[in-house]
Amino acid sequence: MLRSLAFLLLAATFSWALAKDAAPAAVDPALEQRVMTLASELRCLVCQNQTIADSNAPLAEDLRNQVREKMRQGSSDSEILAYMVARYGDFVLYRPPFKLTTVLLWFGPLLLLAGGFLVLVRRVLRRRPEQDLEMNASERKRAAELLAGNEAERR
Amino acid sequence: MNRFVVPLAIFAALIALLGVGLTLNPREVPSPLIGKPAPHFELPQLHETAKTFTEKDMLGKVWVLNVWASWCVSCREEHPVLLDLAASGAVPLYGLNYKDKREDGLAWLKGMGDPYRLSIYDFDGKVGIDYGVYGVPETYVIDKLGVIRYKRIGPLTPQIVKEKVLPLVQELGRA
Repeated sequence: MLRSLAFLLLAATFSWALAKDAAPAAVDPALEQRVMTLASELRCLVCQNQTIADSNAPLAEDLRNQVREKMRQGSSDSEILAYMVARYGDFVLYRPPFKLTTVLLWFGPLLLLAGGFLVLVRRVLRRRPEQDLEMNASERKRAAELLAGNEAERR
Repeated sequence: MNRFVVPLAIFAALIALLGVGLTLNPREVPSPLIGKPAPHFELPQLHETAKTFTEKDMLGKVWVLNVWASWCVSCREEHPVLLDLAASGAVPLYGLNYKDKREDGLAWLKGMGDPYRLSIYDFDGKVGIDYGVYGVPETYVIDKLGVIRYKRIGPLTPQIVKEKVLPLVQELGRA
């Protein structure tokens, strides 16, 4: 009686220990793949230029675990992203959403490029008439003289 | 003369833009939680783990939640400010001991003084995630309806307490 009780107790603690260890490890490669794909979309707030997939910060680890747990519970990727945004703001998203406050972010570079192109085009168009390469008769003559003089000097 | 005006103006604008950028702190990410109800938690208390504490216990009161940990270096710097705030009695101050060892947390409070009415114990940081914690210490001002009205990421300073926290607490207390 006592022995079986001890065995039961041992078995219970053993499975408990196993369960505790197994949680963060890569048990299911497909799930792990999904976790890492989504994690590389999320910014680590501690080391801001890394994703939570890249970062070793404790918070990144916690957030990866949170993503994994949510996926196990059957949350979709977009649900998990919404969960993160609700807590950390749009800043956690490596691909910022398109909205009124981010219009400049999305179109700023394009705007600068277009502006630069416009300036370039205007300059090129304006410069052309100034650089008239046609020579008139007297310029031709002077050029010929200079060239002849050069030739004479060289000899 | 005229041909220098436009490039100079652009240059000045760029300098102004970059100048402002330099004074901003990229660590201070605006929290989406401001104006939202404080996320629900029910956690054991640090001193008496058998008892729990939830944000619902504070409904009807303006209060301050401060996230701290014994491993957090800036918390050491912040601690005297919290002690002062607690001594002033202006607002009830509660602590959230974040991802800490319980004995370390208790030793910290014993050694440096305990400014908190009580601290709750968030061992795995789950509640921290719900509150969007990423740079301990963090401080939240929560109003009578349980809505987060202010969040400070990083240590409180006497100036922030005087200019932001206390005026807000007074205003919310009147409401």
